[in-house]
Amino acid sequence: MATTERVFRTEKVTKVYHTGSVDVHALRGVTADLYAGEFTVLLGASGSGKSTLLNILGGLDHASSGRVWFRDLELTGLGERGLTRYRRDHVGFVFQFYNIVPSLTARENVALVTEIAEDPMTPEEALERAGLSHRMDHFPAELSGGEQQRVAIARAIAKRPEVLLCDEPTGALDSMTGVQVLEALEGVNRELGTSTIVITHNAGIQAMAHRVIRFADGNISEVTQNETRVSPSEIVW
Amino acid sequence: MMQTLDRKLLRDLTRLWSQSLAIASVLAVGVAIMVMMAGAERSLRETRDTFYERNQFGEVFASVTRAPIGLLDRIEAIPGVAVVETRIRNPVILDIENMLAPGTGMLLSLPHSFAQGTFPRLNRPSLDIGRWPEAGRDHEVVVNDSFAKAHEFALGDGFYAIINGQRRHLTIVGTALSPEFIYTIGPGSIMPDDKRFGVIWMDGTALTAAFNQTGAFNDLSLRVEPGTNLNEVLRQLDLILAPYGGTGAYLRKDQISHSFLDAELTQLATMVKIVPPIFLVVSAFLVNMVLGRLVSLEREQIGLLKALGYRQSEIAWHYIKLALCIGAFGVALGWGFGLWGGRGIAELYAKFFHFPYLVFVPYPSVYAVSALAGVAAAGLGAVFAVHKIVALSPAVAMSPPAPHRFRAGVADRLIHAVHMRQTSMMIWRSLTRWPLRAGLTMLGIATSAAVMVAALFMFDSMDALMDKAFVQLNRQDMILNFVQDRPRSVIDDVDHLPGVMVSEGVWSMPVRLSHDQHERRTVLEARDAGSELTHLLNENDQPVEPDSGIVLTQRLAKQLGLKLGQSVSIRFPSIGDREHKLAVVGYAAQSFGMGAYVTPETMTRLTGRAARVTQSNVMVDPDEIDALFAVAKTTPALSGVVEMRAVRQSFTDTIAQNAGMMTTINALMAALIAVGVVYNAARIQLSERARELASLRILGFTNAEVSYILLGELAFLTLLAIPLGLVLGYLLAAGMVAGFESDLYAIPLEVSRVTYFRAAWVVALASALSAAVVWRRIDQMDLVSVMKTRE
Repeated sequence: MATTERVFRTEKVTKVYHTGSVDVHALRGVTADLYAGEFTVLLGASGSGKSTLLNILGGLDHASSGRVWFRDLELTGLGERGLTRYRRDHVGFVFQFYNIVPSLTARENVALVTEIAEDPMTPEEALERAGLSHRMDHFPAELSGGEQQRVAIARAIAKRPEVLLCDEPTGALDSMTGVQVLEALEGVNRELGTSTIVITHNAGIQAMAHRVIRFADGNISEVTQNETRVSPSEIVW
Repeated sequence: MMQTLDRKLLRDLTRLWSQSLAIASVLAVGVAIMVMMAGAERSLRETRDTFYERNQFGEVFASVTRAPIGLLDRIEAIPGVAVVETRIRNPVILDIENMLAPGTGMLLSLPHSFAQGTFPRLNRPSLDIGRWPEAGRDHEVVVNDSFAKAHEFALGDGFYAIINGQRRHLTIVGTALSPEFIYTIGPGSIMPDDKRFGVIWMDGTALTAAFNQTGAFNDLSLRVEPGTNLNEVLRQLDLILAPYGGTGAYLRKDQISHSFLDAELTQLATMVKIVPPIFLVVSAFLVNMVLGRLVSLEREQIGLLKALGYRQSEIAWHYIKLALCIGAFGVALGWGFGLWGGRGIAELYAKFFHFPYLVFVPYPSVYAVSALAGVAAAGLGAVFAVHKIVALSPAVAMSPPAPHRFRAGVADRLIHAVHMRQTSMMIWRSLTRWPLRAGLTMLGIATSAAVMVAALFMFDSMDALMDKAFVQLNRQDMILNFVQDRPRSVIDDVDHLPGVMVSEGVWSMPVRLSHDQHERRTVLEARDAGSELTHLLNENDQPVEPDSGIVLTQRLAKQLGLKLGQSVSIRFPSIGDREHKLAVVGYAAQSFGMGAYVTPETMTRLTGRAARVTQSNVMVDPDEIDALFAVAKTTPALSGVVEMRAVRQSFTDTIAQNAGMMTTINALMAALIAVGVVYNAARIQLSERARELASLRILGFTNAEVSYILLGELAFLTLLAIPLGLVLGYLLAAGMVAGFESDLYAIPLEVSRVTYFRAAWVVALASALSAAVVWRRIDQMDLVSVMKTRE
């Protein structure tokens, strides 16, 4: 359900990390547009800047220079409070290492978000969409890696975010569970129209995207659009 | 060349500096108190013993009305008696310039040729400044140092004394200190008052002449050969002295100055036993907590070290060394504070106890023991933290620990019923998953509240004691002491003194009370029936009357092993060896002294004498108090006047002086425990849950919401800990009160609501402050880098 409506816009975004005596230029003036409802895949080698951009888009980090908009909201102008508010209202995150709370069951992990969101779906619905309705009352230690990641996805989508940002969501998983996780993400994007941005090292995943953005050396090297998309199960791992 | 592991140790210490400092401070308090109190106790004890020996302090004391010098041979013949010293000792009224109220002086005779170097064989005073009175100069006196200081007397200054009815001017030629008056307290008083009471040494010849005691004595003390049966000496002495008005010989332990000093030493010893262990245990717990976290963080490194071939003991030693470093730092800190505080304590004691010198000697053994205890506490905490992980096989250690298994228990189902928010649920699960840790943390915080209660309750107890002593039990404005006992009719004379509105007579007789093997020398008091000025109340504040039996102070009854209805044997040393029996009909709850009470009728029946009066309690018209003072200063029948208002004042002053400083120190100590426990607990929680908290921040939780999870748990524990701490504090206070009890006084156990409130407040505040410091760290948490790492 790709549109021409822009959800993110960046203008000459740079990010410099000062580590000891060296300056690391993670982003060197990235200008990009990302579109609402699209499933976007960011590809690139380690250190090419894709995670840094994702963090800035997600309101986890500040750009060193340049400007970033989420729709009409300029993220680069927000302080800590504004960014927290932005994350709370609009963004869902999925990370490589799941980051779910070990002391809460699957259902409770999702409820953690639905309790603070404006118009959430029920934890049960979110887990259903992530394909985990049968293990709702299990604690993380009782779930497999793929199941834990699907709890994380359910938690991310439960608040009906406008964007879903995923940093290597399948990085710690084997191919079979990886496919299950990708299916969950694809379903969310298709059914809810959530703009989804996925970082991956796995080039095969690009085949399921609307749009693929390649990173090299802190900048965008190429943007391509897929005329035809493949389903996750057909992806060559 | 420094070992690599040692370099790691140094870096760990630098990194953990704030937590290490918090632990070291708690440990330091324990060590400081140990050094301070144990040092003070030993300094005081050894100074006292040296002073006693050097100045030949007596072992047995006795007073008579008048006995011939010739009696000396018979006394010396008592088996075991080594040295006997006789003298004249008389209380007199003093008239001092610029002081309206009459003072009381204790006149003591010096051997005739004293100035020429014939020292008394026992109870020798040490000259501080000036010289001794010249033989035959009946106006020259030496006074105790503190009396001279209180009045700012210089040598050559003087005052008047009513000696045997004559107003005589006495000139001060020197000041002295004596082992008999290390703690200087006037007859009938409960607190030292150096303005109103003075010890006065006069030439023996002059004094015996003034009191018509030529060829006689009225006071004696003696020392015995080692191994002598002291009770037998007392018995024989009583037999010899009875015909001369003997009031019953007594041992050093009943000598007033000695027993006050002894009570103080008991208090110090009690403090040393109770307080430092608390701090040592808390710091052991803290070391255990912090090191436990460190080794679990370094689990993989430990596995690696083992894989490289390091021995278990080497790795364990590495971590234990870290604890020992913290311990050593705490000990050094504690020594510093202890030395500083010890000087302060010595100064404080110098105010109350009059020694020719009192230095706070840092005894090496006290330091050694405190260091050993401090380092051992830290080491023990470390051993418990380290032993499990160090024992893991390298392969297991190198792989990350299995995730914590949470299970929904019975309690969970209950909790679900109340529909808690998920953040609260996280707190709840953390508490139920690690109940021991939560319990110990709570106990740590509770300890802080307990220490605070134990520090503050003294004020309440003192208030209760004052209210009891000066309002409920004794309402008289003054006590007039007579030189000798008088017939009952003397009360009519007292009634006619200016300003006297009510007067009541009291007849006191020294007695020996016994039951089974227990014997106590005390004073039997007969008060007028229906007395308005003094009351006897039992432990429930109900009036008790002796009727035809006897009422005993609770502590006296306890010492004699007597229960209500049992009979006690009574002997009057001044009358003879006859034994009487009376049934105990009630207990009197009193903080001071160990009195026994009968009716005047019973006293008459037991002694076979018509009713007498030895002192009079009076209520005085405040407008005429000066006139009464003026008359008292010239009344030969009076040996002393105790003004209750002044007693009360000196009591209040003493408490204010000591308690103010002590409370500040104690409050700081209590706060330190709270800070040490809460700060470390919060830091550890933060380290364990950084990832969890960061992911919540990413989900859009605000700082406050995230902090709630971390600090909410500690706030909850603090909330639980405070009431527990208040209960523990009450028990601690009870323990202290029991430990402080002596023959002289018992402190009532009283803890007010204000004290509980203050203790709760200090602990809550200290917890909140330490939490705030950790809160700032949550603020500064780097979300991105936390998420990148694998737990």
